[in-house]
Amino acid sequence: MKSERHVLAILVENYSGTLSKVAGLFTRRGYNIDSLNVAETMDHKTSRITVTVTGDEKILEQITKQLNKLVNVIKITDLTSKKSIQRELMFIKVSSNIENRNEIIQMTNVFKGKTVDISLKSITIELTGDEDKNNAFIELVKPFGIIELVRTGLTAIERG
Amino acid sequence: MRMNVAEAVVEYIRQSDIDTIFGYPGGAVLPLYEALRNSKVKHVLVRNEQSAAHMASGYGRGKNGIGVCLATSGPGATNLITGIATAYMDSIPLVVITGQVDSKNIGSDMFQEADIVGSTEPFTKHNFLVKKAKDIPKFLAEAFYIANTGRKGPVLIDIPIDIQNEIIDFEIIEDIDIRGYKPTFEGNVRQIKRAVQKINNSKKPIICVGGGISSSDGRDFLAEFVEKSKIPVVCTLMGVDSYDNDSEYFAGLLGSHGYPFVNKALNSSDLLIVIGARLADRSTSKYAFNSNQSIIHIDIDPAEIGKNVKTHVPIVGDASNVLKTLNTFDFTLDCSEWHNEIRNSRIKYKKSILDYKEKSNKVNPCVLIDKVSSKMKKNSIMTADVGQNQIWAAHFYNGSKTRKYFTSGGLGTMGYSLPASIGAKIACPDSDVVAVTGEGGIQMLLGELAVVREQNLDIKIILLTNSRLGMVRELQLNNYGNDSYFGVDIQFNPNFMKLAESYEIKGIRIETDDEIEEKLEECFSQKGPCLIECIVDPDFPTLSHWRWN
Repeated sequence: MKSERHVLAILVENYSGTLSKVAGLFTRRGYNIDSLNVAETMDHKTSRITVTVTGDEKILEQITKQLNKLVNVIKITDLTSKKSIQRELMFIKVSSNIENRNEIIQMTNVFKGKTVDISLKSITIELTGDEDKNNAFIELVKPFGIIELVRTGLTAIERG
Repeated sequence: MRMNVAEAVVEYIRQSDIDTIFGYPGGAVLPLYEALRNSKVKHVLVRNEQSAAHMASGYGRGKNGIGVCLATSGPGATNLITGIATAYMDSIPLVVITGQVDSKNIGSDMFQEADIVGSTEPFTKHNFLVKKAKDIPKFLAEAFYIANTGRKGPVLIDIPIDIQNEIIDFEIIEDIDIRGYKPTFEGNVRQIKRAVQKINNSKKPIICVGGGISSSDGRDFLAEFVEKSKIPVVCTLMGVDSYDNDSEYFAGLLGSHGYPFVNKALNSSDLLIVIGARLADRSTSKYAFNSNQSIIHIDIDPAEIGKNVKTHVPIVGDASNVLKTLNTFDFTLDCSEWHNEIRNSRIKYKKSILDYKEKSNKVNPCVLIDKVSSKMKKNSIMTADVGQNQIWAAHFYNGSKTRKYFTSGGLGTMGYSLPASIGAKIACPDSDVVAVTGEGGIQMLLGELAVVREQNLDIKIILLTNSRLGMVRELQLNNYGNDSYFGVDIQFNPNFMKLAESYEIKGIRIETDDEIEEKLEECFSQKGPCLIECIVDPDFPTLSHWRWN
């Protein structure tokens, strides 16, 4: 079976320990999490956990079934890239000086990113996009020297 | 009603028709014990918290309901974990109450503080840390509901001591609505019709039952289904008591410790109807899927369907309900030839094991269990430990609709038998209760002999001794060859007769097969606890079949 990347949107009840239960399940059953993020939804009683996992159909079926057994898990949606919009936010601090600063800002503008901080030795850029776009930008600024990089991991929403 | 949280917990237990709970006191459960002191709920003082969970398991299984156990924070709670995990693997409904340190100080490594909610996450169906006293009515209702519905299992409620003392308005919540918890009870009718079609088209069908039958109270419906369809029945370790073992349709235990003919039948069948079993590694170790075979899998837990074997007709639902629906159909298949073949094999195999003798002329444990079983009345409960004794007991105890068999099937927890028998006897005082164990198992939780005496329970403890950890010894033999034994010799055993005496329990010793009848009569003709030590040859195998082959 083909191993594929899936983005799972997990709607959970907001109780203490819920995130730990969800994350723990992945560890216990030997599934790898590529990325995970969590925050409240419009209803303060529920949160949405977005998890990116890689696995074949059988593994994904087991993950979904096991997650569904957790009492605080309300709903799980497998968001395929065709039917959903997927984004992640990234901050990237690049080594830069007066000479190359403008060059980096120009690249940032092409990628529709924002320059959020500048110091004498560095420049910090905020970039939102799907993973491919963010990866491409990372490659582009690598030659300048990346000092620090943080990514939120994917979050996603169904179209329509 | 105004009461404190501790009183609310005890009141909820009382109103749930649970007359006895098993526990061990400590600093963080003082308010709960104070509430218990003033309540009609009986408390059994265990000697190790692990036993409290096993006793609650025996009690719950005996009553076909929930067992409750209680322990203090820290080591009290962590000692429970093995018992909780045992119940979790076998889908036994427990509600476990633990005390916790003062809620304001959680996380500061106080005396006897342990994160029990975190540590039991993998072993509980669900668990709660009570942070606000007002949540307790909801948590209690949800805990008892979750434990005993769907695929059953243990639920833990951890209550900080300051919260136990808080006064609340307590009323029992009847309407339970948990957004994320909606188990499927009824099987899909279209799938059931497909199953019937498959059954009617099959020539060599076989039914495989597991713990789901007893858990859903489905023994009668299974009996009706077999009666109508005339299909032979095999069982997993958890399903030994699902069906009348004396019936001509009963084949026996499958898997790594099953009869070879049962595994052969499983492999050559054209249709496998799995009901309330998860087909774990031990059950399927001798099983090879063949492409001519179809599998119908009925289980309450959708995650079990398709997990271990490929399924052709999945039916999610309560075994009892699905069987009820199945029984409304007509079955037109004829597999009498197939059935006769299996039946004859069973008779042949059983006989050869009962006739089997080691040179030393010590007790044949299979003959012994067979005789013990015949001494037990209809409504009886046998608990078995883990290891050789468990397998001998599973094969030679005559399980049936009214005769239950409790063992730790999934986790394989040594020590389970004795405390489980205590819980079972307290739940079913009118049933004959026999605990089968070995010297390894009984010494894991030996202290509970005191509880047998203290509660004056009429439990017959069958202790099979061979100065070995027999099953591990066999594994070493099979894996590394002769003379590869290590760490399995029990070089010192206490004098079990004197031990029984010091616990004021009657002690009987059986050394040869010839003594079995008379000594068992002596034991069963008297009321009161009895420890029967039976000397088994260390070379007596779990199943003697490989010696013939």
